[in-house]
Amino acid sequence: MQSLDKTQTRLEGGVSMKTAMPWIVSAVMLVLMPFIFQSNSAITIMNQMAITIVFALSYNMLLGQGGMLSFGHAVYMGVGGFVCVHVMNWDIFGSIPLPLLPLLGGIFGMILASLVGYFSTRKAGTVFAMISLGVGELIAACSVIIVVFFGGEEGVSGDRTYGMPFFGVEFLSQIEVYYLTAGWLLISALLMYLFSRTPIGRMANAVRDNPERAEFLGYSSRWVRYNSFVAAGFFAGIAGGLFAINYEILTEENLNLTTSGSILLVTFLGGVGVFFGPVVGAIVFTLLQTVLSLETEIWSLYVGALFVATVMFFPSGLAGVMQMHIVPIKLGKWRLLVMPYIVTLVPAIVCILGLSGLIEVLFHARHAAIGETEMTLFWVTFQHTEIWPWVVFALMAALGFWLARKNAPQLMEAWHKANTPDGADT
Amino acid sequence: MRTIVKRGAVAALSLAVMASAAFAENVKIAFIDPLSGPFASTGTNGLHQYEFAAETLVNANGGVLGGQKFEIVGFDNKISPKESLIQLQVAIDQGIRYVVQGNSSGVANALTEAIDKHNRRNPDSRVLFLNYSAVDPALTNEKCNFWHFRFDANADIKMDALTDVMAADDSIKKVYIIGQDYSFGKAVAAAAVSFLGAKRPDIEIVGNELHPIGKVKDFTPYARKIVASGADAVITGNWGSDMLNLGKSVIENGFKGPIYTYYAAADGITAAFGETGKGSLRLVSEGPLNPIASDRAADYVKAFKAKYPDGNVSQARITNVIEMLARAINDAGSATDVVAVGKALEGMEHDSLWGGKIMMRPQDHQAIQDVHIFAHTDEGVQFDYDNSGYGMVVESSVTMASADAPTTCKMKRP
Amino acid sequence: MDLILVNLIDGLVTGLLLFMLSAGLTLIFSMMGVLNFAHASFYMLGAYFAYQISTYLGFWMGLLIAPPLVGIVGAAVERYGLRRVHQYGHVPELIFTFGLALLIEELVKFIWGNDQIPYQIPEILEGAAFSISSYDIPAYKVFMIFLSLGIFAGLLFVMTRTRVGMIIQAALSYPRTVEALGHNVPLVFMGVFGVGTALAGVAGVIAGPVLSTFPGMAFVLGSIVFVTIVIGGLGSLGGALVAALIIGWLTTFAKAYNIRMEDILTSLGFTKPEPVWDSAWADLWTLTSPQIADILPYLLMILILVFRPYGLFGKRDV
Repeated sequence: MQSLDKTQTRLEGGVSMKTAMPWIVSAVMLVLMPFIFQSNSAITIMNQMAITIVFALSYNMLLGQGGMLSFGHAVYMGVGGFVCVHVMNWDIFGSIPLPLLPLLGGIFGMILASLVGYFSTRKAGTVFAMISLGVGELIAACSVIIVVFFGGEEGVSGDRTYGMPFFGVEFLSQIEVYYLTAGWLLISALLMYLFSRTPIGRMANAVRDNPERAEFLGYSSRWVRYNSFVAAGFFAGIAGGLFAINYEILTEENLNLTTSGSILLVTFLGGVGVFFGPVVGAIVFTLLQTVLSLETEIWSLYVGALFVATVMFFPSGLAGVMQMHIVPIKLGKWRLLVMPYIVTLVPAIVCILGLSGLIEVLFHARHAAIGETEMTLFWVTFQHTEIWPWVVFALMAALGFWLARKNAPQLMEAWHKANTPDGADT
Repeated sequence: MRTIVKRGAVAALSLAVMASAAFAENVKIAFIDPLSGPFASTGTNGLHQYEFAAETLVNANGGVLGGQKFEIVGFDNKISPKESLIQLQVAIDQGIRYVVQGNSSGVANALTEAIDKHNRRNPDSRVLFLNYSAVDPALTNEKCNFWHFRFDANADIKMDALTDVMAADDSIKKVYIIGQDYSFGKAVAAAAVSFLGAKRPDIEIVGNELHPIGKVKDFTPYARKIVASGADAVITGNWGSDMLNLGKSVIENGFKGPIYTYYAAADGITAAFGETGKGSLRLVSEGPLNPIASDRAADYVKAFKAKYPDGNVSQARITNVIEMLARAINDAGSATDVVAVGKALEGMEHDSLWGGKIMMRPQDHQAIQDVHIFAHTDEGVQFDYDNSGYGMVVESSVTMASADAPTTCKMKRP
Repeated sequence: MDLILVNLIDGLVTGLLLFMLSAGLTLIFSMMGVLNFAHASFYMLGAYFAYQISTYLGFWMGLLIAPPLVGIVGAAVERYGLRRVHQYGHVPELIFTFGLALLIEELVKFIWGNDQIPYQIPEILEGAAFSISSYDIPAYKVFMIFLSLGIFAGLLFVMTRTRVGMIIQAALSYPRTVEALGHNVPLVFMGVFGVGTALAGVAGVIAGPVLSTFPGMAFVLGSIVFVTIVIGGLGSLGGALVAALIIGWLTTFAKAYNIRMEDILTSLGFTKPEPVWDSAWADLWTLTSPQIADILPYLLMILILVFRPYGLFGKRDV
């Protein structure tokens, strides 16, 4: 994983304006977002994003920073969330302010992680991955067997408004919940960032890259992994608590392999090598899931294709692609890239649109009701029985592909030029 | 870099929200069910049935309130409770006041609680939940609320009808109960035990077990147990591939008796059972297609099949949902005051397109209707399922089933 | 007694089917170090291809043509996908196969739809082959047993008696040395990947009609295949066979006999709380073996990994 070591280049001590700036900007953005999007559904989607971000960042503590591939991370989020929902149903809940609830989820996520981690972090690599898979399957299966705690298939639900009012706020409306979630997002993201800067976080990177050398330096690679694992469990539990507050229900799907798999997808899509990678991944994935699924039935086909393409061509993820541009920007040579980007990317986008158009028309032709030949795509309404939509989309795809292919060398060249004074890689 | 991403998000979000504004004069009904994933075919077929029912039964007759049209808006919940709640929020934001859902009692449980909370917290945008298929008895008992109306007969009512038939069959001495390990499967098993105990105490229950839902690859060991127990009949609440695989496996491994069940029709299951299931499958449901109640109903099915040749009129109650909602809106004189519409629905009596009457019981919002026992066969089938030549033919009927069944519901009315 | 024999046969069928899947996977895994998450997807492709062919040419041609087709698809995936990702390391490789599994499932849905497809067993194999007291043993199951045993024998022959097998065996243990000896290791990789996926395809062709062919069939089988090869030990065909049979019998017997926790606890001297529904331990008291049958293999795998990380027959760490 060569892409990972890029984080190391930006090692600066102390708190400077430069390191604090992204956090201040994010905080301001988080405060302002609900004023830009006022509808409840937008706020619901943003809440979902925030939860996914916390969860993905916690996952990246394992995958990106610790080199541990987990197939059962949803378990820690789920168990934390289940504990929070149970607390909501107890009488004692009336004397707990709601904003503290995620902390409880975090603690229980951490407890579970410290138990499982005891035997699963002995080895990294495949042994760890397979144990996480096994534990994930076991606990997910337990959700229907241990009904007392997991509530069976229908799950456990509670009511957040029974909590102690927090400075008069009862968390009746979505917007109040949004600020609670956003606050926790900022706190946990900051804590996770700081964790990655502590000696333990640094050693996690060292153990990821070369466990033997780390051992020779006197560190037990097992305990270093264990520490990251427990910390990741804590933040996953916080995400679970936030989930409990938002949806007021937890079910088997919060524990199962699909959820664990999709967080892997989110994290990798965003980029595991950069701290804010999972943030990008969570935002993009949530948008794809909620917005794209409103537009097309076969959205998961596109997500699957996007994911495979990312792994094949941009293993450093979306954030990695963004970060690649830091050098040209620093060198002040980014203008060199503008034209080649336009002449390559525009045809590429046209090609992708053409392909997806073909797929959509084909899908409609195969699966729509008889007589319903009319379909709307890209704000144009037409009949799938006619020939021209097929021709137009095929032409778009072919032309776009040809142009993009033709201009790609130009882009590569410009890319090298923009990066050269440094003699940088890629 | 973050700002760039977020600006993209701005555009995408505003697109999603903008799609809502148009056509304020239509009465919009949110259909929240799986439209992608493993249950997509059931969901898509249901959506088609709703669209067709709204079009032919309401809009073609001039709509409601003197001209307002019904519009069905599909929302994909991917059969996940979490996703359902998100889609519910999106639907409410679009000004939708009526939600229909049916697949999975787990989702229905999540929705009914979320809607109850939403209506308490936001009195200006209250919604009604018209449940057309989720049959967990709890929804109209301890979990009932004013906003939830169930149009399907619940698991207890159906089991009552099934056990009536079994009680009349003297050749049944031993019964094996098997189901999926979750609320619905457990409800079926509990109902079967209590009804059989009351009606035929001499019947021995030789097996009563649950298996993991959707995870069993091979039902052979279960089938062996059933054969070994010497059971004369099997009762199961299984659905989807669990039903198909269990049924096939039981029959292939030498079980000769009847299998009493709830969901073993349409969505590919009828076609997959084909000849194998003939003579053994017995289903309980409402809305008979064979024999059909009237020419009007026959024309309806034919028109539907002409439009969706691969589809099935598998959930006949959908027409009841649409017709009764239209009547309630007309009676209430408003499509936006859902409390008035809800009150109009309570106690409503309605002549079903499929014959017989339906009464929305006011105590618990459970529709009381005729329930039929069907046999899976290819004889006497006018309207088949899955274009397979096989269909469901009525063997016996219970009029206004369980009209006086007790309920634990303590309804709080607004 | 009869029932035990019948369950042994049923478990054998499950186990052999699992073996056919894991045989290919264990070869791929040990040679390339790739946990091929999409392996079960190739099994699904096998079933769908065979169904499509059987609608034109009948079941037997499907059995003949579909596995090589799956193998070609597999080899192409290796050549144009995996080989490219290989340079980034093992984790991206694994994630690639994970994404591939998603993509294949979506493609299958796109082409064949969401419904179960009517892929049937051939008429000649319908009905019971023989009965043990009142239990029918379907003819198709007997066919499955013989086919998979035949494949196992063939694989064993190729691996131990032919030159190609020797090279593969050597590449399993010392890939660098084999490359240094002038063998085209990438080609060997591609071949092994193709053959491995073709084996999964065979499993799909014969399992499709009995376990039903639908887009979720790969996911349902899912991770149990990894469990098999991890328990058996990497690179060991014999280990894969033993592990597959253990899993087959374990799950079959756990389902076939209702071993109740209640009996175990009572025999240990605990008293059952009455009524059990109100007790906090209700779930423990009502637990039965069929409920946990399908998670037993995972439990077994975790124990094996903790205490013997190289599996039952493996020679090196997972």
